[in-house]
Amino acid sequence: MTAVAPPREPADAPAPVRRRGLRGRRGRTDPVPVWLWVAGVVVAVYLVLPTLIVIPMSFSEATTFVFPPKGNSLWLYRNFFTNDRWLDALRNSLIVAVLAAGLATVVGTAAALGLDQLRGRVARLVRSALMFPILTPSIVIATAVYISFLRWHLTGTLTGYVLAHAALASPLVLVSVTSALATFDATYLRASASLGASPWRAFVTVTLPLISRGVATGAVLAFVTSFDEVVIALFLRSPKFQTLPVQMYNSVVVDIDPTIAASSSLIVVTVSLIFLVALLAGARKRR
Amino acid sequence: MTTSRPRWLPRPGWLLIVPAALLLGGTLGMPLWQSFWRSVHTVVPVGEPGTAQLTLEHYRALFTDGVTLRVLARTGKAAAIVTVVALLLGYPYAYLMTRVGARARSVLVVLVLMPFWTSALARNFGWLVLLYDGGLVQRFLGLFGLGDVVLYGTATGVTLAMSQVLLPYMVLPLYSSLGGIDRRLLLAARSLGSPPLVAFWKVYWPLSRGGVAAGMILVFTLACGFYVTPALIGSPRESLVAQLLGQRTTQLLDFAGAGALGTLVLVVTLVLVAWANRVGGSMATIGAGFAGQTRSAR
Amino acid sequence: MTILIGKTPATAGPEAAAGGAGAQIRLERVTKDFGLASPAVDGVSLTIEPGEFMTLLGPSGSGKTTTLNLIAGFESLTSGTIRLDAQDVSTLPAHRRNLGIVFQNYALFPHLTVAGNIAYPLRERKVPRAEIERRVAEVLELVQLKGRDQHYPAQLSGGQQQRVALARAIVFHPRALLLDEPLGALDRNLRAALQLEIRRIHREVGTTLVFVTHDQEEAMNLSDRIALFHDGRIEQVGSPETLYGAPETLFTARFLGDSTVFPLGGQPLTGPVTWEGERWAVDAATVAARAHEGGPTALVVRPEAVGVVRDRAQVPAGANAVRARVRDIEYMGAHRMLQLAVGEDVAGRAQIPAADRSYTLGDDVVAWWRPDAQRIVAA
Repeated sequence: MTAVAPPREPADAPAPVRRRGLRGRRGRTDPVPVWLWVAGVVVAVYLVLPTLIVIPMSFSEATTFVFPPKGNSLWLYRNFFTNDRWLDALRNSLIVAVLAAGLATVVGTAAALGLDQLRGRVARLVRSALMFPILTPSIVIATAVYISFLRWHLTGTLTGYVLAHAALASPLVLVSVTSALATFDATYLRASASLGASPWRAFVTVTLPLISRGVATGAVLAFVTSFDEVVIALFLRSPKFQTLPVQMYNSVVVDIDPTIAASSSLIVVTVSLIFLVALLAGARKRR
Repeated sequence: MTTSRPRWLPRPGWLLIVPAALLLGGTLGMPLWQSFWRSVHTVVPVGEPGTAQLTLEHYRALFTDGVTLRVLARTGKAAAIVTVVALLLGYPYAYLMTRVGARARSVLVVLVLMPFWTSALARNFGWLVLLYDGGLVQRFLGLFGLGDVVLYGTATGVTLAMSQVLLPYMVLPLYSSLGGIDRRLLLAARSLGSPPLVAFWKVYWPLSRGGVAAGMILVFTLACGFYVTPALIGSPRESLVAQLLGQRTTQLLDFAGAGALGTLVLVVTLVLVAWANRVGGSMATIGAGFAGQTRSAR
Repeated sequence: MTILIGKTPATAGPEAAAGGAGAQIRLERVTKDFGLASPAVDGVSLTIEPGEFMTLLGPSGSGKTTTLNLIAGFESLTSGTIRLDAQDVSTLPAHRRNLGIVFQNYALFPHLTVAGNIAYPLRERKVPRAEIERRVAEVLELVQLKGRDQHYPAQLSGGQQQRVALARAIVFHPRALLLDEPLGALDRNLRAALQLEIRRIHREVGTTLVFVTHDQEEAMNLSDRIALFHDGRIEQVGSPETLYGAPETLFTARFLGDSTVFPLGGQPLTGPVTWEGERWAVDAATVAARAHEGGPTALVVRPEAVGVVRDRAQVPAGANAVRARVRDIEYMGAHRMLQLAVGEDVAGRAQIPAADRSYTLGDDVVAWWRPDAQRIVAA
């Protein structure tokens, strides 16, 4: 007889093994109370509502900021993509962000590699010195930079924006590359040397690929930081050169221009996509 | 094995930090230094002879001009309220994060990081829409007979918006501190006869105080430097110290006074951050990676 | 299997031509000082012959790994010279020494596949693509990993990673192969299997092989010769038989195998020696050269050379004997090991047949051995 016998469950078969662990056991004796879930949901709504509300606003027909939006149209988007002021601002922001992120990535990665060669007290000192832009309030930086840049004729120039934003963003690159280097095993370099790779080749074929995710993360952070930066941008602006956040700021404070709703939802969606893709790529790579 | 690091860079490999040092020093360090220098020297009008003398006059003025102290007090009060709100909202949230499974936790992390990665202007605009007279929040409050509460252009509205942006800085240090507490201690306390709330108060809360302190100091510090949110949602008559600083710089052109005020704010900030680092090691737990994200939000 | 890597002219690159069966490695008064209390490697001289399997053995911190790193070029010499054949490589950077190295944790590049890892040294040497493919396939067969070439290191077991590391280190026909505790991370059964594997590959490739380990059993099983390290110096170099059977110093005697040690102080070794009233004959052939240097000496006996009897009358004529008490009996399967208390504070060991169950704890016995089975070493 060749028929496959149906699997029989022995009468005394042990119960299927459940996923054990603290959580499983807690699930029974120590459940998450309902009030805690409620509190969590309320806070979660508080966290996301202000961001999400800009999306329905962007389809409004009204010329005010009143919610709920009236009607359903794309005229705000049309305005965003046809009005020179918005388009110039968008273009300026993109140019500044790309250049600043590029500069910050190169400089920050180099600094992380350089710091990796230092040890002890000196390294700690240099590291915290390079981190000061993260700790200093933007308004303090912005006012100081404004006054000095006035004297150096850098306000309202592409150079001024790029320099300031790159300086602001390079510590972020430094941090993310440093954390990539922390998991980097130095014996890989010995291995590649023993296999005939010169230090430079070892750097290109081993170090760079292994820290590339840290560099990429740093570059994305730097781009978003610059693209989104508003305080310094407000001080460095000139009538001829302003970035998208400045234009958005003006549209609330000066113009009462609801196009900001379209601009906001475009940015929210784009940046969220960038982060989600980065997050998913990271999760997939780790598996 | 004796570990001496392999040299894979040219011998003075540390020279690679020079470009970063130049960029940061030239673009940010130099202006900050000049700002400080101006704050401790007398003003010599352009084109007039004479050299600047050392003086503390600008700092004395901060405390005697009648405006600065009032603004500082107002800023401190606003920041304190923001801090308390963030703690009240952040504690249960962080606690929930320690209690759920990995999947739910990553959703909670993504949500708490939302204020980090959404554009500052977009979010402030969102708050503006929510808080507008006749907006969503006001109508919601109307359900409870509080329909006439004004939010837009008030300190309450500003507090609400700032707390949201700063919530991650409360939640993340709290989470790392709460995550390290063995919850069986709570069960043990209950088995020894303490009612749940007493067990929480006597066992859990004391163990979480490091994270609480770190989060509170951090949120307070960051709240003190906020510029955009008060400018967009608050009232010009109730400006905070950041706006005062901006105003001195661009409208009054009182560069020396701005330098003095900026130096004061910077010193207070650095002292508070160092303190937060001591109590909770918080900058490390936050990971400056997204710490920078709020820069633009301030 | 007859893949003679590095020997067949068709597969040999230019670098293999220089090596043939592998290079001679010569260390001349090599010193490495990290600036600590004492130098990590202190005036080590050692010649490793072409094709030889040389093990650097020693406890941790004895300088064996530092010595390997100096040969590899990972550390710079404080003083001394290292030669590969006639060439002075003391200041040659690691990537130009052409030595294959297997690291303790394998150091397989996690971002490259097995094939990518093995091809790495060939790519760095600009070997043509077709040749790379052929040699990778060939070496994968040698280490019995065919079909795994597209896996990433993380997808392999520890033993498989070990084989990939070995394959990567030999594929470019290095002048010598250096292995740094390559089996340390593996469990016991796998270790034994891979020891055989390493010996087989050494035979087939025929290269000079330097093997670092702290495991004396591993060293004895594998090596042609062993260099025993102690505090940054070489204590003794020789075949496993020499180190076990004719140790020069107490350290060597103790590090390899068990022994009973009787301190002799500084007494002359020309006639019989005394220890706590016992008088023992000395066979001049069993006195280590280093024992004549004037310092304190010790008499050591291996447990398999020690016999045990009930009283002195039973001791064979001409044998040395000492009174002892049985402190413990260990059953080892093939034999029994008696732990003996000898005199005040000497712990003795005697190996007796497994079937002999005549002793119990606390028995007073007499241990004996023949003078030509003892060894007098520098203490």
